[in-house]
Amino acid sequence: MNINFMRFRKIAITISLILFVGSIGSIFTKGLSLGLDFSGGTLVEIQYEDSVDLQEIRGVLSENGYEDFQVVNFGSSLDVLIKIADQPGNSSLGDQIFTLLSTNNFEGELKRIEFVGPQIGSELRDQGGLGMLVALGMILLYVAFRFQYKFALGAVAALGHDVVIILGLFSIFAWDFDLSVLAALLAVIGYSLNDSIVVSDRIRENFRSERALGSEDLINLSLNQTLSRTVITSLTTLLVLFALFFFGGEAVRGFSLGLIIGVLIGTYSSLYIVTTILISLNLSQEDMAVPDVEGAEFDDMP
Amino acid sequence: MNKFPTWRYFVIIAVLMLGILYALPNLYPAQPAIQVAYTDSSKSADQSLLNTIREEIAKQEIEISEINLKNNNIVAQFSSVEDQLVAKTALQKALLDRVIVALKLEPTTPDWLASIGGRPLKLGLDLSGGVHFLLEVDVETALGDKVDGLLNSYRKKFRAENINYISSSISGDQVTFKFKSSEDYEKALDIFLTDTLTPTGFQFDLVEQSNISTLKVSYSDIAIKELRDYAVKQNLMTLRNRVNELGVSEPVVQRQGANRIVVELPGVQDTAAAKKIIGKTANLEFRLEAKSNASRLRKTEFEYKDERYGTAFLENDVIVTGDRVTNANTGFDESGFAQVNITLDMQGGRAMQRATNGNVGRRLGVLFVEQKSKSTLVEDEFGNEVIEQTSYIQKNIINLATVQAVLGTNFRITGVGSPQEASELALLLRAGALAAPMKFVEERTVGPSLGKENIELGMRSVMIGFLMVILFMGFYYRLFGLAANVALTSNLVLITGIMSLLGATLTLPGIAGIVLTVGMAVDANVLIFSRIREELKGGKNPHQAIQDGFSRAFITIFDANITTLIAALILYAIGTGPIKGFAVTLSIGIITSMFTAIMGTRAIVQLMYGSRNIQELKI
Repeated sequence: MNINFMRFRKIAITISLILFVGSIGSIFTKGLSLGLDFSGGTLVEIQYEDSVDLQEIRGVLSENGYEDFQVVNFGSSLDVLIKIADQPGNSSLGDQIFTLLSTNNFEGELKRIEFVGPQIGSELRDQGGLGMLVALGMILLYVAFRFQYKFALGAVAALGHDVVIILGLFSIFAWDFDLSVLAALLAVIGYSLNDSIVVSDRIRENFRSERALGSEDLINLSLNQTLSRTVITSLTTLLVLFALFFFGGEAVRGFSLGLIIGVLIGTYSSLYIVTTILISLNLSQEDMAVPDVEGAEFDDMP
Repeated sequence: MNKFPTWRYFVIIAVLMLGILYALPNLYPAQPAIQVAYTDSSKSADQSLLNTIREEIAKQEIEISEINLKNNNIVAQFSSVEDQLVAKTALQKALLDRVIVALKLEPTTPDWLASIGGRPLKLGLDLSGGVHFLLEVDVETALGDKVDGLLNSYRKKFRAENINYISSSISGDQVTFKFKSSEDYEKALDIFLTDTLTPTGFQFDLVEQSNISTLKVSYSDIAIKELRDYAVKQNLMTLRNRVNELGVSEPVVQRQGANRIVVELPGVQDTAAAKKIIGKTANLEFRLEAKSNASRLRKTEFEYKDERYGTAFLENDVIVTGDRVTNANTGFDESGFAQVNITLDMQGGRAMQRATNGNVGRRLGVLFVEQKSKSTLVEDEFGNEVIEQTSYIQKNIINLATVQAVLGTNFRITGVGSPQEASELALLLRAGALAAPMKFVEERTVGPSLGKENIELGMRSVMIGFLMVILFMGFYYRLFGLAANVALTSNLVLITGIMSLLGATLTLPGIAGIVLTVGMAVDANVLIFSRIREELKGGKNPHQAIQDGFSRAFITIFDANITTLIAALILYAIGTGPIKGFAVTLSIGIITSMFTAIMGTRAIVQLMYGSRNIQELKI
């Protein structure tokens, strides 16, 4: 198999740029639809034996003076999720609502109540953002140390690309962004990097052995050599993620969705983003000039 | 022929055996059980309690499958949840307040496994059901109280030393005294300069002494830090006591950061009740009723808790507070109303004796002191209206009764409301008061059905994902795929074993982490196998190709996994609860998958091809 990946480079980058800019735009104008973890508020999930009329539940709530609430089905028509935003400090709201509904002919089984104070919400937001940046920074350092700064820039550009586009999709489709999606995002960073490193590793190796080829051809060769691995790993990872998405229940749906998108974009970015950066930074034989010893020291490993 | 040192087989087998050994306890299902302890924490459960329990349960005609005395508790196991509930109700009815009965799931790990540290995985709240609270201690309020204390202690001291001051006031955390004459000023200054600690026992700073009439003091930075720390620690201790009283098995009460406390109560369903007990800052104050001719400055008017009775005047002097209570339990008075029997410590008993001596015939008031909070709208620094919670103290009379005789360390109070309210009050008095008010900043309740559902769904997706990957690898790589599949299976066993051994908690995101590991773990094998294919294509003989394939792929696998590990560690640092669980399983999974995918697969491939002379390798 020999695909000329680099021939489609310009088209790929154009698509990436459009997605990237669109994502940034959506994040800044529309924002993320923050889940309870980050927005703060109260959430009650109740399961009924027969499906209930959400409109009636809304009626009961507004009659009793509640404002700014959402009542939706969760997973199935038997599960009702009530989310009340911005009720700072009132940690007993969830209990009150459950009792209120129980006494108004909406007697069901309480599945969960979550209350996140506004302060915790904003702390988690800050921590999450900071964590993301620290992760990117550390990885940049590691890759720069193990490879060379051009690879590091390539890998981090690919990560930034992946993260922004996933955030953009969550923003555009107004999917709930909560702590588990943040976890998925960090896992994507790990995964996408995994891919980038495998590709970079091969490019580095080929630069040293195939001295006759130009960098674009070299990169093409490397991508083709790693292609079957890239495809198979993405495939097995997607297999388990789809299992999680379809069978893992509502609670891990956002998480698995984030990862599925992440694996797809991550695979793509390791093919195009890393390589484009390397080409535009003029990666050359000289960059590989430092004698490489790690191959020798590991030679005896299984 | 390929070289593969024999010792590596031993390492692999040893690790795998250990993994299996420690994963084993998870195969023994936990049994419903009840745990019984004496309410009075100074008494430990004994054989007689065990016999009583056995008798009471026998009356219900249910069978105990095992009953043991361990760590001051008695644990009785049952074969069904129904039996467990019947037994709990029966015991509570029979022994009332004397014991705390908690429902729990008792692991049935065989003794030989338990003796080497084997135990089943701990389930997070999202899997076991239960409630998680995050409380914030309002240290500022506690500090304010202490500044009041500072002011009062010096007022008293000055009075005792005959030092006259015109005024004394508090601004922020500073206490200001103004003096009439320079003599008084000098004397007071002398006291401040010679005292190394405040009368309350803390370091302080003399903030201002420049002009001859004013002195300003405040606690030193170290003292303030100590005071804050003390408030949180005291609350932590009180919470532990209260949680123990709730009868929850394996509760978690932990400090988090500077001023927060995490409380986790697995299996608790009635969160409203739990919250009521945990968050309550109830205390009692005992004061004599003011004489009708007492000056306004020496008495205060309080409302009754039961509004029907109106108000009454009590003296400002507090005889004893609830802190001096060593034991409290409920009972019934002659006419069948609930009462609380109180035992005070020596010091409290003496104070009570002094106060009631010579005052027989006067009335003694019991004040119920409660920390409450209200929300008000305030503007923040950006001019937005935000809701702010402020706490205030409410004191109500619950009982005002004539002192019949001089009281000592033991007495009772009546008029405490329903039997349930009485036992709640007794519980709060036993557990002690909170040093500072707290508020709930986060709460997560998971119903038992959701917990069960989460386990089922999680396990199902692990199985389905695992099977799909196994099938795929088997079809795509044939014999090599088989090797990878054996490695993948061992990986799952190792993750379970290591997590059980470390006592790590399994959460739903944790299960998701295992699923993800299954998908990503084969990556190492895929890398190796692709590499071997390439080496074969490059014209190497099969043995050489296997050898080079493994060693060349190793560096790539190592680099790629380290970076994922970095991401997982950061996730662990920033994540809370369930998310931490994801980071844990992911990290452990990465490490074990490196071991099984590289070392394990290599060994299996070696067993398959190592000693044979192969001409052609199918991969």
